[in-house]
Amino acid sequence: MIPEKLRYMESHEWVRQEDDIATIGITDYAQSEIQDIVFVELPDVGTELTQKNELGVIESVKAAFDLYSPVSGEVIEVNESLLDAPEQVNDSPYDDGWFLKIKMTDPSELDALFDADQYQAYIEAEHA
Amino acid sequence: MKRTPLYEIHKSLHAKFTEFGGWEMPLQYSSIVKEHLAVRSTAGLFDLAHMGELDVKGGGADDLVQKLCTNDVSRLVDGQVLYTLLCNESGGIVDDILVYRHAENDYTLVVNAANIKKDLAWVKAQNNTDSKITDDSENTTLIALQGPKSIEILNPFVPDHDVSEISFFRFVVGEVAGIRTAISRTGYTGEIGIELYVNANSAEDLWNALYPAVIEAGGLPVGLGARDTLRLEAGLRLYGMDMDDDTTPFEAGLGRFVKLDKGDFIGKDVLQAQKENGEQSKKLVGFQGLDRAVARCGYEVYKNGRSIGKVTSGAPSPSLKCNIGFASISIKTKKTIEIDIRGKLHTAKIVKVPFI
Repeated sequence: MIPEKLRYMESHEWVRQEDDIATIGITDYAQSEIQDIVFVELPDVGTELTQKNELGVIESVKAAFDLYSPVSGEVIEVNESLLDAPEQVNDSPYDDGWFLKIKMTDPSELDALFDADQYQAYIEAEHA
Repeated sequence: MKRTPLYEIHKSLHAKFTEFGGWEMPLQYSSIVKEHLAVRSTAGLFDLAHMGELDVKGGGADDLVQKLCTNDVSRLVDGQVLYTLLCNESGGIVDDILVYRHAENDYTLVVNAANIKKDLAWVKAQNNTDSKITDDSENTTLIALQGPKSIEILNPFVPDHDVSEISFFRFVVGEVAGIRTAISRTGYTGEIGIELYVNANSAEDLWNALYPAVIEAGGLPVGLGARDTLRLEAGLRLYGMDMDDDTTPFEAGLGRFVKLDKGDFIGKDVLQAQKENGEQSKKLVGFQGLDRAVARCGYEVYKNGRSIGKVTSGAPSPSLKCNIGFASISIKTKKTIEIDIRGKLHTAKIVKVPFI
């Protein structure tokens, strides 16, 4: 199931908004496609990110995948537990497997992203 | 892309597919890690129909095969298998293959999928004997059953042979589940295992007979993803990555498969000179990463700020839970190298191969 209240990128990151704080991860669809995640490379706290620019890298057994930031802002927290347990991204992509939190410079950037219905339609089209 | 006779079965098992050597092959069915660990602990069933089979038969085949191979084919008895390299005149590796000896002047060369056409042309061009060379790849399907339980899984299907009695790198022809099969004690995983060569028309029947027994024993169907991590842990080189036409057996760390005392063979002069003067422009080494960033094929390798080569194979090892790989480097070093992973240098230590 695709959580209703999140926003989504074409590159399969999700973003959860709480005021001007955005929490970011990858979708269940993305983790099931990538499989066997062994490493997540994330920026340090304090890094300034720009919407749709590179945010980090996911490594599976088979390949490396680039991550893109759904919003612009400063990284204020990183999920350090992924360093030792990257498999949380496979097991719990919307909860324990979150990547980082960003203090958004412009929350209206979220309007440009997919809502749940649009993302659902997008992955159905991609998978067809 | 070509599809194997088992394509529809893979689709029904919800495999993810990948392109390999011009073939649409199963990459994974469940997860690379699960499939890998199933082979290490129990058993895995592989579709390797993409591999090529070239038959060399008739007067002079003994001489032709001996001339083509760096290893000593004359040592083989009927029913024996040999790993060997085919080299060009410059000592570069045309392919790494298995030679099956059926009888005097009667061999099958099992070649890499991407090299079938190249090898066929090469073998034909070198043939100055009366032997006939036939590409039987389309008619032959290779199904591998690998893992510690593979022999006990297979044995009930084989009425005329005790599979556990077949020695490593030997094969017999017999019936498996009523299907005529060459049963070979070979593999590319580092585990005990069997490779089964059947007529392509019988491939589905053979797979369907074995599959329930594999699952029952706790095994899994295994795709090329885990085949790659299994062979890497076992220290087995992959043609096209760890060696190519411009790499000699010594440069690929495969010198033990070059028998310079066996008589004449193609590439011998260059290889003999390289062995004697010890001069080679590159050397394949095994490495183990010291952090979680994965060094993959093509990444640059450095030592003291200078580029010294490239990673040829690299992956997280599901058994060792660390990153391992091969690098082809131009200097002698026994301790550490640095690998450029996305613009940052990561230290890796040189380790002995096989990794497991």
